[in-house]
Amino acid sequence: MDYKRITLLCGHYGSGKTNIAVNMAMDLRKQYERVAVADLDIVNPYFRTLDSRDDFEHAGIRLIVSAYANSNVDIPALPQDMYALTDDPALHAVVDVGGDDRGAYALGRLSPAIRAENNYDMFLVINKYRPLTPDAESTLEIMHEIESAASLPFTGIINNSNLAVETTPETVLNSVSYAEEVSRLSGLPLVLTSAEASVAEGLYGKIDNVFPMHLQKRPVE
Amino acid sequence: MAEKVLMKGNEAIAEAAIIAGCRHYFGYPITPQTEIAAYMAKRMPKIGGVFLQAESEIAAINMVYGTSSAGKRVMTSSSSPGISLKSEGISYLAGADLPALVVNCQRGGPGLGGIQPSQSDYFQATRGGGHGDYHMIVLAPASVQEMAQLTIRGFELADEYRMTAMILADGTIGQMMEPVSFDFDILPQPEKPWAATGTQMKRTHNIINSLYLSPEVLEQKNIERFEKYDAICEKEALAEEYLTDDAEIVIAAFGIAARVAKNAVNAARAEGIKAGLIRPITLWPFPVKTFAKTIGKAKEIISVELSMGQMIEDVRLATECKVPVSLTKRVGGMIPSPEEVYAAIKAAAERAGE
Repeated sequence: MDYKRITLLCGHYGSGKTNIAVNMAMDLRKQYERVAVADLDIVNPYFRTLDSRDDFEHAGIRLIVSAYANSNVDIPALPQDMYALTDDPALHAVVDVGGDDRGAYALGRLSPAIRAENNYDMFLVINKYRPLTPDAESTLEIMHEIESAASLPFTGIINNSNLAVETTPETVLNSVSYAEEVSRLSGLPLVLTSAEASVAEGLYGKIDNVFPMHLQKRPVE
Repeated sequence: MAEKVLMKGNEAIAEAAIIAGCRHYFGYPITPQTEIAAYMAKRMPKIGGVFLQAESEIAAINMVYGTSSAGKRVMTSSSSPGISLKSEGISYLAGADLPALVVNCQRGGPGLGGIQPSQSDYFQATRGGGHGDYHMIVLAPASVQEMAQLTIRGFELADEYRMTAMILADGTIGQMMEPVSFDFDILPQPEKPWAATGTQMKRTHNIINSLYLSPEVLEQKNIERFEKYDAICEKEALAEEYLTDDAEIVIAAFGIAARVAKNAVNAARAEGIKAGLIRPITLWPFPVKTFAKTIGKAKEIISVELSMGQMIEDVRLATECKVPVSLTKRVGGMIPSPEEVYAAIKAAAERAGE
């Protein structure tokens, strides 16, 4: 995939942004020397990119994350080094933004610089199987709320429709018409369809632009 | 909603409550249960329901009291410190025989503690955190599916027995995402002839109250309430038994601890150790009869808890101290690993063999 300098991942709470961010950062690192993943999640104190810290260290990826992530300091804190995203033009970055409009407010401080540089993608991550985004209309409602909070327009859509461990290739295939409808109504291109690697095996040849992922470890099986 | 959806445990509670006919939610945010309030805030206005973020937990539980008095299905949710604040109101609900659903998505304590999962409110839930002689029906889900299922069951039991039902979950089940089906059979909501809904000049007025001016009447009220509790203990105790038929080492665990324990039981079975699991689904009433079956059969029971040892007391009482009971625990937001539980089973099996 051709990455812009900054890739922003936004979407409904629990749509799968963090897993995509982790996998995109790994993918990006194959193309560029200086890669960072930034965790700007001010909504959810759990299940953070920080869970993959060892993998990032091993891959030589810089992790920009609040010192309080995954701790008992339950406050909506931003990382102190987040301005590296806009101050360092040699850095390629994937940004994991918190869910819904509440999470997207964190982008507001960075959006003027991001807009001025104009070398970014902002992807809307969607999952048809989440209860509050079962159809294109409800998904678009959340999309507009996010755009307004972030003061940035989206540039594309990632279909991450899944049912966690019960996901099969059919689960994803049954979401295609939903994703196409979101794309049609929003006027945004469907950029990727992401799925856990073994599920992705069953999608090649049936869907374009499949993005296979290795998922972060779950706390309890 | 015939298709499965992918939900956080907290969201599953909220959606299940709506399906159960609950149109009144009052709460105050606290991690790790805030998704319940967030979900209700989005959904309730769209279906003609009420979502209200109260000025405090104490205000919220008293709004529950008022709404229940009017005969409506109503709920509140919080996490450990917030439940302590609500405990006065829960006692008043008990004293007025009002049905309600209260969710406690437990976090580490005491005090402000931490935001990671815990089961250390077991005593508070099963003994009553508030004052006076009373009980709540306490349900302990171990999956996101059960968060939904037991929420619906909680409303049904609360209405049937006119008392508070509590969902005693924890931060992990509240936060974890799993596929859920909402294909439930739900009992019709019962008539509530006791509710304060206006007499229409056709009956004497109903009084909702927990103050009794005569000690004789108050004594009688307490005795009648405990006759109801006895009937509930007889009828409503629920537990899952896993490989217990021939088990010599029996794990007692509920909620998230039971999921970890099940992995350990499987590992022990693979090594030829006769291990099994009793998972209480109702913590009050405690599944005494299920545990009593281990007397004379099991060589040791291991209570696996995310507390310093609370349910272990009920296990000892249920087995009349005729089976040795040991404790495997993690606290402060830590969860025991399947390996830790397996090591405890192995040690117990060695003790039993001596």
